[in-house]
Amino acid sequence: MNEIIKSLKVAVWFMFLTFPIMVIKVNTVYHIIEWRWMNMAMIGIGTFLISLLWRYLLERKDKKKPSDGVTLSARAQAYVQSRPLVKKGLGLAVLAALTVIPSFADAYQVNILTVALMYVVLGLGLNIVVGLAGLLDLGYVAFYAVGAYTYALLNHSFGLSFWIVLPLGGFFACIFGILLGFPVLRLRGDYLAIVTLGFGEIIRLVLENWSEFSHGPSGIAGIDRPNFFGLDLTLNQMNGAIYYMMIAFTIVTIFFVARLQNSRIGRAWLALREDDIACQAMGVGRTRTKLMAFALGATWAGLMGVVFAAKTSFINPASFTFLESAIILSIVVLGGMGSIPGVILGALIMILLPEYMRAFSQYRMLIFGGAMVVMMVFRPQGLVSNFRRKYSFHGMDERLGG
Amino acid sequence: MENVIQVNGLTMDFGGLRAVDSVDLYVKDKEIVALIGPNGAGKTTFFNCITGIYTPTKGDILVRSTKSQPVRINGFKPNRVTERGLARTFQNIRLFQNMTVLENAMIGKHCRLNAKILGALFRDKKTKAEELKAAQECWEILKKMGLENQCDELACNLPYGDQRKLEIARALATEPRLLLLDEPAAGMNPHETEELTHLIRKIRDEENIAILLIEHDMKLVMNLSERIYVMDHGQKIADGTPMDIRNNPEVIKAYLGEEIDA
Repeated sequence: MNEIIKSLKVAVWFMFLTFPIMVIKVNTVYHIIEWRWMNMAMIGIGTFLISLLWRYLLERKDKKKPSDGVTLSARAQAYVQSRPLVKKGLGLAVLAALTVIPSFADAYQVNILTVALMYVVLGLGLNIVVGLAGLLDLGYVAFYAVGAYTYALLNHSFGLSFWIVLPLGGFFACIFGILLGFPVLRLRGDYLAIVTLGFGEIIRLVLENWSEFSHGPSGIAGIDRPNFFGLDLTLNQMNGAIYYMMIAFTIVTIFFVARLQNSRIGRAWLALREDDIACQAMGVGRTRTKLMAFALGATWAGLMGVVFAAKTSFINPASFTFLESAIILSIVVLGGMGSIPGVILGALIMILLPEYMRAFSQYRMLIFGGAMVVMMVFRPQGLVSNFRRKYSFHGMDERLGG
Repeated sequence: MENVIQVNGLTMDFGGLRAVDSVDLYVKDKEIVALIGPNGAGKTTFFNCITGIYTPTKGDILVRSTKSQPVRINGFKPNRVTERGLARTFQNIRLFQNMTVLENAMIGKHCRLNAKILGALFRDKKTKAEELKAAQECWEILKKMGLENQCDELACNLPYGDQRKLEIARALATEPRLLLLDEPAAGMNPHETEELTHLIRKIRDEENIAILLIEHDMKLVMNLSERIYVMDHGQKIADGTPMDIRNNPEVIKAYLGEEIDA
C-alpha cells in the first residue's frame, strides 16, 4: 500500500515536470495553444507502473540477500565449475558451433562474428587491467590504435607481412603500456582514470594531426590482408580465414588469461586490487606488478589492432575514439569484472545485439544507457560474477585443484 | 645473541609535527619485545617507518637478515623491507577481503617465489612445483594458526578473531625473521586474548623469529614480552623488563597523569 502511494507521488511529480513539454503545444501559425491532456494521462500511468515495478524489483533484491543468493544462474555456474568434464564439453560444443557457422551463414554473419570475437579478445585484455589489477583504464583504445598503426605503417612503407608485424604490434603496444604505466604508478581510482583517458586522446590526436607520419584523418588505405600459406583467396574466403584465425586467437587468449589469473602474478594483481598498502607490505612489488598489468593488457590490444588493420585494410583515427574504449570497458563491466566467461558473454551481447537489432538502431544509445543503469542497480557484479578458483587441499600429497 | 633490528635515533616529521623523536630500539634474535604508550604516542608511525611505508626524516634502521653485515633500510620500499625479513600486521585489519584464506597466505609467499610471466603462461614443471610447494607451506602455516578448515573461505567471511589470526598467518608466510604486530589483540575478548598470547609465544618458539608488538592490553604485554619500550609524545621515555616498567614513575605519569602534591 505504502509502495502504491509512493509510486502515485512519483507519477504526479512526473506529470507536473513534463507538463510544459508534453502537454502545452504552441501552434505558432494559428496562434493557439493545444492542450494535449492525453499525453499527461499516459505519462502518469507509465511512470506509475514503472515506479511500481522498480520498487518491486528492488525489494526482491534486498530480500534475496540473506539467503546468500542460491539463484539458478549461481547454481548453474557452480555446477559447471565443479565438473571439469561438463566445462570442457560446453567449451567444445561452443567451439564446434562456431566452426560450422561459416558453412551455412552468409558473409555478413561471419563478419560480425569476427568483430565480436575481436572484442572478446580486447575485453579479455582490458580485463587484466581493470578486472584483475583493478586499475581503471579509460584509454585502452590507444593501444589498439598503436597495434593497428604499427601494421599499417610498416606494411605501407616497408611491405612487411601480417605475420611478421603481429608480434611487433603486440610488442609496441606493450612498450606503450609501460610508457603509460610509469607516470600513473602513484595514481589510483579517479585520477588514474583521467590520466588514461587523456593518454587515449593524446594518441588519437597525434595520429590525426601528424600527417607526415600517420597520413592524418584521411587514414591509410590498401593495407595488405593476411597471407594464409600463400593461398590466393577471394574476399569471402579471406573473411572466412580471418574468422577462423580469430577463433584460434580467442582460444589462445582465453587459455593465457586463465593461466595468468591463476598464477603468482595473477594473485598479486588481485591483492593489489584489494588493498595496495597491505599488498606492498606483504612483499609484492607495486611498480612491477602494475607495469606488468598495463603491459600485458596493452599487448592484447596491440595484437588485435594488427588484426583489425589487416581485416579492414583501411584505418583512420576515427576508429579509435573514446567511444571505443567505453565499449570495451562496458564489455568488461557488464560481463563481470575478472570473470572470463563473463567478458566473453559481455562482448557477444554488446557487439551482436546492436547488429541484430538494427531495426531499433535509433534507440540504441537509449537502450544501452537504460540497460547499464538497470545492470548497476540490480547486478553490479556483472552478468557472470567471478567464481574464484579454490584450492582443494587437504594434506601434503594432494594436488592443486581447479 | 645478535640484533635482528637496530634502530638509532629514528625521527619522523610531518611538516612541523615531530611524530617520532630520535627513538633508539633494538630487538635480539628470538626475543619478544613490546612497544607501548598512550594513544598518539607515535607507535604506529614508528612501525610505518620501519616497514617502509614512511621514509624517516633522520636516523638509521639496520636490519640483519642473514649472517652478513646489517643493511640500512631507510627509504626502502615496503616490499623490499619485507624481502629483508620484516613482516607486519595492521592495526585495522587489512586483509584481501575477496580472496580466499589460502590465497591471502600465498600473497605473503609472493616475494619468496620467482615464477615469471612465461612460467605463468606455459605453466612448466618448475612453476607448477613451486606453486604446489607454496600452497603446501601456506597450508601448514594456516594449520598452525588453526585456520586450515577455512582454507577456501573468503577472508571477508571470517569472524573477527580469525581475521586477526589470518593477518598473522599472512605475515608468517613471508618467512620473516622479525614479526611486527600492530595491536594484535585489539577488539578481542579476554578469552581470545589469552589464546593469542599462547599463539604468539608458540610462533616465537617454533619458528625461531623475533617479535615486536604494539599493544594496549597490559596483561598480554606483561605476560608475553621480555623487554618493553614505552613511548610518549614521540619520545622513548623508558625501556626495560616488565618489572622495571611497572614501577617506572615516568611511565605511570604518562599513563595516569601527574600526581598532585598534597
